[in-house]
Amino acid sequence: MHYTFDIEKGNFTNAGNASGSVKKTLKQLNVDPSSIKRIVVALYEAEINAVAHAYGGKIDIDIDGDKIVMVVADQGPGIPNIELAMTEGYSTASQKVREMGFGAGMGLPNMKKNTDKLDIQTELGVGTTITMTVFLKN
Amino acid sequence: MKAKEIAELLNGRIVGCQDNNEELTNAFSSDLMSDVLRLGGKCSLLITGLCNIQTIRTAEMAEINTIILARGKTADEEMVEHAIDNDITIIETEYSIFKVSGLLYTHGINPMY
Repeated sequence: MHYTFDIEKGNFTNAGNASGSVKKTLKQLNVDPSSIKRIVVALYEAEINAVAHAYGGKIDIDIDGDKIVMVVADQGPGIPNIELAMTEGYSTASQKVREMGFGAGMGLPNMKKNTDKLDIQTELGVGTTITMTVFLKN
Repeated sequence: MKAKEIAELLNGRIVGCQDNNEELTNAFSSDLMSDVLRLGGKCSLLITGLCNIQTIRTAEMAEINTIILARGKTADEEMVEHAIDNDITIIETEYSIFKVSGLLYTHGINPMY
């Protein structure tokens, strides 16, 4: 199964639409609830990050028998230092993002914690593509 | 405790999902949604003063059944609709997070850690 969602810069109203939709689909597929929580938390963090930092982008979700692959690709400033960005507490988030309850520097670490594979490809001034894989337990 | 009992204890008002009969056993207090998303294990109640659509979204993703909006915050229409769509109960109360947490703790609601 393949699903695609758009990411719109600064649109916090829609941030979470993809995660919510994926959650409903996984429930219908009788995926183990603990796996569902890990998947949607990781995807939600990625959505929030993309809305907060990027100029726009796309989310591609592929679900097959034993795994889900989530690709969040944005056009944006890129991540200057991935090692630093993976450090808990490091954040470059704006005041607006903080007012929404985020921007504490937990996003990327939380994506890593909740996925089986996390790959980050980034280019300054071009964008970032985050690929997250979770193996499913039915 | 049930959501209706908690609403009475907090002199609060229930909005969002009205037919919530789940036994609520533990709670987490935070205005930082990033910390809520890091919780391991099942959490029944989120006590917060953060009042926007992402509060509801966070509860949705973290499988939290009931949100207590403290400090007199009130959910807007979009928040209530999203809560109903996802079977999430919202309890609005004038009490502070400290008071809500203390009252629930003394009535047997456990902390997450």
